[in-house]
Amino acid sequence: MKPIQLSKLLVLALTLTVAATGCKKTPVKVTDMNGPRAGYNEAGNETISNLPPTEPIKIGPESGANALPNKEGIPSVGPDRFKNYIPHPEILKAYSVYFDYDSSVIKSGEKPKINAVAEYLKAHPGEAVRIEGNCDERGTEEYNRALGERRALASREALVEQGADALMIETISYGKDRPVAPGHDESAWRLNRRSDFVVLTPPAAP
Amino acid sequence: MGASKPGVETPGYSHMSLRDRGSTARCAPKLICALLLLCLLAICRTAFCADPLVLPPVIYHFGLGQEPPILVSMSGLNGEAAQVLQFDLYVQGFAFTNAEAAQFQIIGSNNGNLEARVVQRINKSELLGNRVYSGPFRRQVHHFADDFVNAVPGHAKGIAQTRIMFKGQTGGASEIYIADFDGHDSQQITRDGSIVAAPCWVPHRPAAYYTSYKLNHADIFYHDFSTGSRRVFAHYGGSNMSPAVSPDGSRVAMILSKDGWTDLYVSNADGSNLRRLTKSPQDESSPCWSPDGQLICYASKEGERRSLSVISPSGGTPRRLKTSTAYNPTEPDWSPDGKYIAFTSQSGGNFRIRVIPAEGGDAQDIAEGEDPSWAPNSRTLICARRAGGRGNYVLSLLDVMTKQVKDVSRISGTSSDSQPSWAK
Repeated sequence: MKPIQLSKLLVLALTLTVAATGCKKTPVKVTDMNGPRAGYNEAGNETISNLPPTEPIKIGPESGANALPNKEGIPSVGPDRFKNYIPHPEILKAYSVYFDYDSSVIKSGEKPKINAVAEYLKAHPGEAVRIEGNCDERGTEEYNRALGERRALASREALVEQGADALMIETISYGKDRPVAPGHDESAWRLNRRSDFVVLTPPAAP
Repeated sequence: MGASKPGVETPGYSHMSLRDRGSTARCAPKLICALLLLCLLAICRTAFCADPLVLPPVIYHFGLGQEPPILVSMSGLNGEAAQVLQFDLYVQGFAFTNAEAAQFQIIGSNNGNLEARVVQRINKSELLGNRVYSGPFRRQVHHFADDFVNAVPGHAKGIAQTRIMFKGQTGGASEIYIADFDGHDSQQITRDGSIVAAPCWVPHRPAAYYTSYKLNHADIFYHDFSTGSRRVFAHYGGSNMSPAVSPDGSRVAMILSKDGWTDLYVSNADGSNLRRLTKSPQDESSPCWSPDGQLICYASKEGERRSLSVISPSGGTPRRLKTSTAYNPTEPDWSPDGKYIAFTSQSGGNFRIRVIPAEGGDAQDIAEGEDPSWAPNSRTLICARRAGGRGNYVLSLLDVMTKQVKDVSRISGTSSDSQPSWAK
């Protein structure tokens, strides 16, 4: 390395040192949550200076097939409400609702099954239903656990819209932990993206 | 000098002594200028700020994944001792070469107990004096590995004696396991025959939070390994998911659906003072904490686009993090030094570990994998990697600075090991 280059580097290094570095123990940078915030568009460029608050996201028709109803969620029943009820997974086994990839929207073709489940519940007022949300194996584990729960919640909302009693419905997500089809292609995945309906009868029922 | 790439072992070419005191920097020709500048920087920092008696550390300011490994050699060690030591050092950014090309020479013996010392090749000075170890054999080697790594100027603290926790699956059931960071000496923690998920160590304590379906309900449990006692921590209606303990152990972030949507909540460590932080029909998942406890990072969705966001645990407006070029980010984990956030990026059927600066920015692609958890050294990650059949995971260790990757030993009896959490 030539001396002239070395001296240039030295000057540059000293400049950088004075300008850019402080003492060794610089505190961990804490991001200030107040004040204007930068947002980013799809290309990663800054777009807006203030993000809107997180309160219910407005989803217009332009959001496409994955749009979720813009309303308050239905509060869940207590976790132990149906604790001693007896599960009957076979009764509504034929009415499992299937979903598109990474979606929790009830497809129009699946709505007759929702209607049938709602009719069953209305005809059996003492009985409850546990909706079990499931996913295919493609997503990450905890993302799928949340997605499975959203599928169960969307199924519950659809049942309530059809007149079922929200207080007789509980939800659970198994994520991708309980696939019904073991394969690794779409023929298996489409069977695993589902909500199952498990009838719960009270312990005293005959 | 011929052209050689950073990160590739090139034994035999000449070395430069960059300072007049002791430590040397081994560098590839293309990086000489950068190294020289950085070493000057280190000297200047010392002159201005640090105790002059302390040897200034060599600070490699390479980009993530671009740091060349530190070359070491090993003599007198063989068999399991050599294997364990190579594994321990490889996943912390070291690579093995011959004695003439190494920066550090490890000289020892393992006839009986492990005995070893370390010499700096350039001036034959002793980096680590001869030490004799005792105890279980693998632990002896891990102990020496830590002693050596901790003696290397400027290198992150050794992690060879740390522990991990993970979900081990057998058939339809999954249980919580803990093990040494390399997967050895594993212990099964739960025997419920149910499903578990998302174990999370409590910092500085032998305890964890995790989701269990033992009560036919997705609940979050608190489990104290020192006493074996456990209690239900979150048992609300709907599913109780993805617990994340704050670095001081005082609070827990989690995903609940009790109010009708899957949203982010936070409570005290005993479950009291539950607060809802988000209110959205879109998904929120897999929260983690900044090391100062001031922010929670989580996977979110805006319209049709998945993203990472941060929010204060006391509430307020979330801020979206820039993760340029990384699709579908989920499962963030904040490095203990506060500088980086690692996460899973999904594109089609490909899952990659990527790392961004904690304030957001360009996402560096590191390696194949999912669900990363940082080691205490803030440079090694453990993640789950889909192997063989797509449903089965193996755990994998990766050094973010050099992109050196090694799979962790498979736990006997499990068909899939995933959702690792590194004890800190």
